[in-house]
Amino acid sequence: MEIPYTVTPRKDTGLYNAKVGIWLFLASEVMLFGALFSSYVLLRVGAPFWPEGLLNIPIGTFNTWVLITSSVTVVMCWANLKLGNFNKARVYLGLTILCALGFVGIKTVEYNDKFTHYTIRFTNDVTAAAFLKEAYGNDDEATRSGVFANTYGVPDSKVVAKNKELPPPRFLEITGHLEGNPHFVTLKKLKAKNAETITFIPDALNQGKKEKGAAPDPAHDHKKVTVKMSELVYLSAYTPQRNTYFAIYFTLTGLHAAHVIGGALVMAYLFFTGRRWWQKAPEQYTNRIEVAGLFWHFVDLVWIFLFPVLYLL
Amino acid sequence: MGDHSSPEQLKKDIRVYLAIFVALLVGTVLTVWLYYIHIPNVKVTIAIALLVASVKSFLVAGYFMHLLSEKKVIYATLAATGFFFVALMALTLWSMNDFPKFTEVFGNK
Repeated sequence: MEIPYTVTPRKDTGLYNAKVGIWLFLASEVMLFGALFSSYVLLRVGAPFWPEGLLNIPIGTFNTWVLITSSVTVVMCWANLKLGNFNKARVYLGLTILCALGFVGIKTVEYNDKFTHYTIRFTNDVTAAAFLKEAYGNDDEATRSGVFANTYGVPDSKVVAKNKELPPPRFLEITGHLEGNPHFVTLKKLKAKNAETITFIPDALNQGKKEKGAAPDPAHDHKKVTVKMSELVYLSAYTPQRNTYFAIYFTLTGLHAAHVIGGALVMAYLFFTGRRWWQKAPEQYTNRIEVAGLFWHFVDLVWIFLFPVLYLL
Repeated sequence: MGDHSSPEQLKKDIRVYLAIFVALLVGTVLTVWLYYIHIPNVKVTIAIALLVASVKSFLVAGYFMHLLSEKKVIYATLAATGFFFVALMALTLWSMNDFPKFTEVFGNK
């Protein structure tokens, strides 16, 4: 049995069926991402302090370009199919898939960077002050202000202006890396392994003082500080449970990345089965590319908003 | 983009696509540049960033997704979507200062 309206338009809609279908699906997607964007707005305005500068802007910008490029290549693929240039269209489709893989690859690097970056907090002021002295050679107010600035990625002056009184040392969240760069370590896991100490490499203090928008600097002073487990009250990687910012960041970008992967799979299918389809039903194949392209442009559209909202604002 | 069936029109369209590609890349650079020059007023920064993003999305939706020359049924679907999207955002704004009694509101000192 032949499926109707894969090429010829229906009289009532004036469109082939798949096009109506994909637009209905995209309408539901607008609401899905809309709900998450509104959650972001609520979380942000309700937060006492919103971190900034925790993401790498040059990498994010490059990834935005990659996705924009893929949007152009997919529309070029469709236009070339319309012109009857299958081979040229296939090259453009291949480029689109490569861009998709590139985007996901870069995002993976970004995620990996977060999953190996940790925050610790101490049980009391005395141990915290001792740590600050060992890590930064000082435990005075300036150091504390720097640590506070590091945690939230804000310049020092802004911290002082916003918080007339700095939190006592035990409330400071000290960021850095664990030796060996392990992923997703938690206090619970360390305790299960009967670990007595951890080796912590704190971030350089100038991180927060750097010019606004500068990429987070992975090059800290490489000073290793041994911390007793009994002195720690908190340890977390930059994972969704770290704070509200990362929760919404991973939710939004994770869902978006899932869409990128889904779109790439569909396009890979159209790429590898394309020649056979083109020979058998060229118009139907062109329409399928158009429909896949519409989804792909939507994924690009979402990123156009996600990038400034998460990286820049 | 009008009728996509004639090869002449398609070739014209391709030139438009490439022009939009450049515009989108430039738009991205503009957004990042605005961030680096650091406008002191947060509201202005947000407004400009969202404006640039809206222009970029108009170009993608209007030209790449051919929304400037679609059939009525698509417009009707999107009008309904737009209505509910705006309603969703309006509800969010509406609830923004709706804290339970005696809740301490941080950061609004």
